[in-house]
Amino acid sequence: MSPDRRRFLGWGAAAAAGAALAPAFRLIELAQARSPEEAASALQRWGLLIDITKCADCDVCVTACHEENGVTGHGRPETDAQWIRQVRLRDKRTGYAQTLPLMCQHCEHPPCVDVCPTGASFRRADGIVLVDKHTCIGCRYCVMACPYGARSFIHEAVSGQKADVPRGKGMVESCTLCVHRVDRGETPACVEACNRDGGKAMVFGDLNDPSAEIYRRLRSEPSTQVRADLALNTGVRYQGL
Amino acid sequence: MSSVHYREIEGRSGGFYALLGALGVLILAGAGAGWYMDHHGHYVTGMSNRIVWGTPHVFAVFLIVAASGALNVASIASVFGRDLYKPLARLSGLLALTLLAGGLVVLVLDLGRPDRLIVAMTHYNFKSIFAWNIFLYTGFFAVVALYLWTLFERRMNGYSKRAGMLAFIWRLVLTTGTGSIFGFLVAREPYNSALLAPLFIVMSFSFGLAVFVLVLMAACRGSGRALGEMMLNRLANLLGVFVAAVLYFVVVYHLTNLYIARQHDVERFILLDGGVYTALFWIGQILVGSVVPLALLFGPASGGSHRTIAAAAVCVILGGLAQIYVLIIGGQAYPQLMFPDKEVTSSFFDGVVAAYAPSLPEMALGVGGVALALALTAVALKVLPFLPQSLADGDAESVGA
Repeated sequence: MSPDRRRFLGWGAAAAAGAALAPAFRLIELAQARSPEEAASALQRWGLLIDITKCADCDVCVTACHEENGVTGHGRPETDAQWIRQVRLRDKRTGYAQTLPLMCQHCEHPPCVDVCPTGASFRRADGIVLVDKHTCIGCRYCVMACPYGARSFIHEAVSGQKADVPRGKGMVESCTLCVHRVDRGETPACVEACNRDGGKAMVFGDLNDPSAEIYRRLRSEPSTQVRADLALNTGVRYQGL
Repeated sequence: MSSVHYREIEGRSGGFYALLGALGVLILAGAGAGWYMDHHGHYVTGMSNRIVWGTPHVFAVFLIVAASGALNVASIASVFGRDLYKPLARLSGLLALTLLAGGLVVLVLDLGRPDRLIVAMTHYNFKSIFAWNIFLYTGFFAVVALYLWTLFERRMNGYSKRAGMLAFIWRLVLTTGTGSIFGFLVAREPYNSALLAPLFIVMSFSFGLAVFVLVLMAACRGSGRALGEMMLNRLANLLGVFVAAVLYFVVVYHLTNLYIARQHDVERFILLDGGVYTALFWIGQILVGSVVPLALLFGPASGGSHRTIAAAAVCVILGGLAQIYVLIIGGQAYPQLMFPDKEVTSSFFDGVVAAYAPSLPEMALGVGGVALALALTAVALKVLPFLPQSLADGDAESVGA
């Protein structure tokens, strides 16, 4: 057998084996993915990584979130809902100024879920913290308990609701991590907008998936949690804070 | 031991109907306020996304705390065997029920979705102290009703000590639960203290007894019953001890915080530069709620007159409302600590003291709850024999003999 022919057969065999095994690998991948009918799984833990050194002084994430979720105000800033907000920090000693987006941190041990009397505040298996609009009685205990001021009480009737995002007067709501988009395999609206029109500061992904960018970066770069002292293991992490 | 003769109040005088009428107006105003807030949403109140619990919670918590404290007189009689207080046990149990009812109505009408009360009764998260409280409050009604039955029904009198003990333990757990609503809030510096549970218990002793003394004096006066000096002075002494105990816990709470560097800012806010909250703390809670009643009850000028004791009880109630206002609303107004050593600003009022002023509907709802409690008490006194015919010293002593 000539060396060329041997090499050809060798490559051919490798290609055949590859072709035979590829679907199996693909199947493993598919098995880890989830169809829309399937319940959320603890195999995933959705999270965000926000590099605030790249956080330009813009509010595209805020605008995109509120547009996506139909969160509109009534011109009453004290009672209007805010799912995500731009927070400005200034160091008391050095005067160093920073800005960052703050929203529900999707804790592993969410205080809002602990205190909710009816179980309306709940944490999905994949780490997304939500409010069940059917069982929220509007007691606002979760607002008292949240360390991040992330929740809003709906103080008046809402209009212009989006089909994916039910809302209602007298109940509490907060960032859903755009769960309706995540379940379709998309990224949250804030992340999409930041990467398109903003400072490209936000990364969304599965904290459990070794192939995900967020996983690799959290593994190789420093990051912090807001109020890490509370040991809530937040799903939202910050860099440069 | 001679038996005590209980009798309903007559309840036919013009004064009685005027009282019920006035309370009825306040109750209607409260119900109207509840409807108004539910119909329009909470934006019509002074509450916001920073102050989510407003004046209705101040009244509701006061009434609930006072309810468990009002039972104290009965506990002293049944559990600790002080016969002098036995003739007062029925009224004590009644006030526990009516004050709790008033408080709970306010709490429910202030919900974002009061129409979903049934959801709160059918869906439970047992890690929530609120869920536990739903059982503790409804259970309290049942336990106190059972206790009252053992007091009213001659054949059941033998069980009154055991029922009284159950009610006493239940009320301690209940007030622990109420205090823990705040004590378990880890993320807010003004709360987050196990001390809040015992503080709430002594507050309940004090506020509950103050309400009890005033209602007792009013009921005796209105129905022409004698109220002996000795009986009243005993109650007044007890009230003084409870007021001092509340002051002690408040001092320990703030001293502890002053020792912890991280808590210095919140202490500065409450004690020094918190504006209305600092004023309410020093003038309302400390001066009117503690110093003045102690001076009235124990000071050299205290003659033990009915008027002095009533004034002391009124001061305790006003000071108690101020204390709960500072705790609930001041505690929320103080900005949450998220980024230590940073000045924080945002469109969501991070890093600043949240603005709040009680609105008319909130006040109406809270006062309506108080009126409901008092109206229920007045009606109950008319239909069932809660009060002894006489509480003159001779009659009361003969019971204690």
